[in-house]
Amino acid sequence: MLLGLSIALFSLGLLGVIVRRNALIMLMCMELMLNGVNVALVNAMVDNRATAGGVLVFLVFVVATAELAIAIPIVLLLVRRTRSLDIEQYSDLKG
Amino acid sequence: MLTLFSGLALVGAVLMLFLREPMRVALALITTMGSIGAIYGLLGVHFLAAFQVLIYVGAVMVFIVYVIMLLEVREQITQPRYSRLLVPGVVGFTLLVGVLGISVWRTPAARVVSGSVAGSTTDFGVSEFSVAFLRDYWLPFELTTVLLVAAIVAALAVVRVSRKQHG
Repeated sequence: MLLGLSIALFSLGLLGVIVRRNALIMLMCMELMLNGVNVALVNAMVDNRATAGGVLVFLVFVVATAELAIAIPIVLLLVRRTRSLDIEQYSDLKG
Repeated sequence: MLTLFSGLALVGAVLMLFLREPMRVALALITTMGSIGAIYGLLGVHFLAAFQVLIYVGAVMVFIVYVIMLLEVREQITQPRYSRLLVPGVVGFTLLVGVLGISVWRTPAARVVSGSVAGSTTDFGVSEFSVAFLRDYWLPFELTTVLLVAAIVAALAVVRVSRKQHG
């Protein structure tokens, strides 16, 4: 059941990243994806009595925090440029 | 109990797709993360539950809520809620859920134990875990510090770029 929850959380997060227009909501959906991965890791850790799962969960914590620490300033810069959170406004990033 | 919190996490995740205001999405995400923390606690991994609440709900979500209040960009109500990729996104979502679900379904049941195994509690104390962390997995731990330094430098670089642009 927990594996199913993990799959559902990851897929819903991915759907949110693709579908939503608001940049901050996309970031939150990425956090949701990482949480889904964490649930799968904890499930494997409890089932196999392996501590490696917990170590990986901690690494995912760190990666999530570092990702936000970089992504939020970038979003702040973009908002200051375009006065909008809509990702359609950022299309000049296409290059 | 496990089912209750799993359902709560799912409801929060689904609500994240439909709510319009970023603050409400953040509250739904906090609900989801809190329920996941409760699930960790119910599985007997108490230190992970504590860190889930401390780091995710405590640090990350407070950060996000703070940024939402800081930005306060009003969306026009006429703006569409979803991007042009709505149909491909839903198709990809269905395919992904199908592939993952089938692959989990086909795995022999011995390898996919249903999580709520009785008696698997109290085995994961902090001491056992931290010993394993710092003795067997010290290299990932050290690499984490490199990652954090890189993140700090990158954040500073972003701030520097913005200063240069705006004088």
